[in-house]
Amino acid sequence: MKRIRALFLMPSAVLLGVFFAVPLIIIASYSLLTRGPYGGVAQPWTMENYLRLADPLYFTILLRSLVWAVAATLICIVMGVPLALFISRTGKRRNLYLALIVIPFWTSFLVRTYAWMFLLRDTGLINSGLLWLGVIQEPLPLLYNAFAVMLGLVTGYLPFLVLPVYATLERIDKSLVEAAADLGSRPLSTMFRVVIPLAMPGIRAGGVLVFVSCLGAYLTPDLMGGGKTIMIGNLIQNQFTSSRDWPFGAALSLLMMVAVTLMLLPVLRRKEEGLS
Amino acid sequence: MRNGRLLSLYAVVAYSLLHVPLVVLSVFSFNASRTTRWEGFTLDWYRAAFQDSQLLEGTANSLWIAVAATVLSTVIGTLCSYGLWKRGSGWISGSLYLSMVTPEVVMGVALLALFQWMFRFLHLQLGMHTVILAHVMFSIAYVVTVVSARLRTFDATLEEAAMDLGATEWQAFLRVTLPQLWPAIVSAGLLAFITSFDDYVITSLVAGVDSETLPMVIYAMARKGFSPAINAVSTLIVMSLGFLILISDRLERRS
Repeated sequence: MKRIRALFLMPSAVLLGVFFAVPLIIIASYSLLTRGPYGGVAQPWTMENYLRLADPLYFTILLRSLVWAVAATLICIVMGVPLALFISRTGKRRNLYLALIVIPFWTSFLVRTYAWMFLLRDTGLINSGLLWLGVIQEPLPLLYNAFAVMLGLVTGYLPFLVLPVYATLERIDKSLVEAAADLGSRPLSTMFRVVIPLAMPGIRAGGVLVFVSCLGAYLTPDLMGGGKTIMIGNLIQNQFTSSRDWPFGAALSLLMMVAVTLMLLPVLRRKEEGLS
Repeated sequence: MRNGRLLSLYAVVAYSLLHVPLVVLSVFSFNASRTTRWEGFTLDWYRAAFQDSQLLEGTANSLWIAVAATVLSTVIGTLCSYGLWKRGSGWISGSLYLSMVTPEVVMGVALLALFQWMFRFLHLQLGMHTVILAHVMFSIAYVVTVVSARLRTFDATLEEAAMDLGATEWQAFLRVTLPQLWPAIVSAGLLAFITSFDDYVITSLVAGVDSETLPMVIYAMARKGFSPAINAVSTLIVMSLGFLILISDRLERRS
């Protein structure tokens, strides 16, 4: 019994060890080394890479990533909760509405980003439409700025919030809502004082997923932000490619990994309690 | 009642934000003009896309990588789910979960660092094999999630009954459990295929000169500027991946 179980788990354990754990260990040790003369890593060991995080040049980027990720998460919550509520009330056609959330989510993040760029650019449909209507005289700068990045992040990760919130809404005991109504509560106050508090676990879980994804975002700020190094993901990629400063990139990666793990620990713990 | 109508109105706006960009993108892939003014229906951009050697080579590479990564990750992931179902392992399920939420950039640079470090001892280079290995790594968590969800509702006494009737453990797995898991396994495989075919961030970091994938070609084109040929390719990708995700969703629901 035990032998066969070990045999089943072996391939994935080896794979996770070699291609997930070891790479992270390598990154952790590189973060304490010095940049080599030809771009690799070299002795001596140092804390230099971590001290550089306080450099205003980089600190601004870290802070901006954090602020943008928090903002995108809040917008996703405000937009996603009513959407989940809508789906939970659609009755028979709810599978269709769920599919309409799931399909774009799984179909190519790159294509969705490109689709927004196509729509928002100076000669895109929005600008040419507004020009034609005479609302504006010159194209609005819709692309390659913070607004575009935020739009890309929110629409990109909204399903991450909608799906868990929908799942908790489904489990809410309908008689609680009816009881509130019987006791004279208006629909809107029932919403804020009964339904939303009960949906909190879903909102929290979804919010963490959105936050973590936005913090690690790379494609959206890269393409929709106009290719300036604006979020931590771009900064990391940059260190490993054009800047060739692997130790600093490793320190940034480790910082991000620690942040993500800390954020997810409560969710993970709850999940394991749920399993056992 | 008024609140309900307001909610529906809001839903229309929210769904539009998710779908309108893709619809506009595909509509203009049939436009005779390069601009956003409609000048008639054409299939020229599709013809152009099918004659573009870079796009063709990228598609071939992507397909080959996705098929290899899907087969490997589906087999390994299914075995893993079954092993975890027999008795959980906090280490393995914890690492799988962590691998799923690790930012793609971080996973990409970490794998790049690993491969470069390994190449000091092995005479190899970045290429198709490194991309496939990376894809297998990140797809396994998806496969395990889907197959485990199915196993959670699977009746363990069925296997016990088979073994009481003289089946070995291995036979019980192959002939009792596995047939029940097929829909979930196919659904998991489709998800693995989609994530692999679609990945840009990790792939671009661990790919070599001979292993440019379709998303890498599209990225490079999108960076250079806008071309209706990208719209055409994107439309084809959205259609085919959307179709696969629908099948996967159906199978998952049925199981």
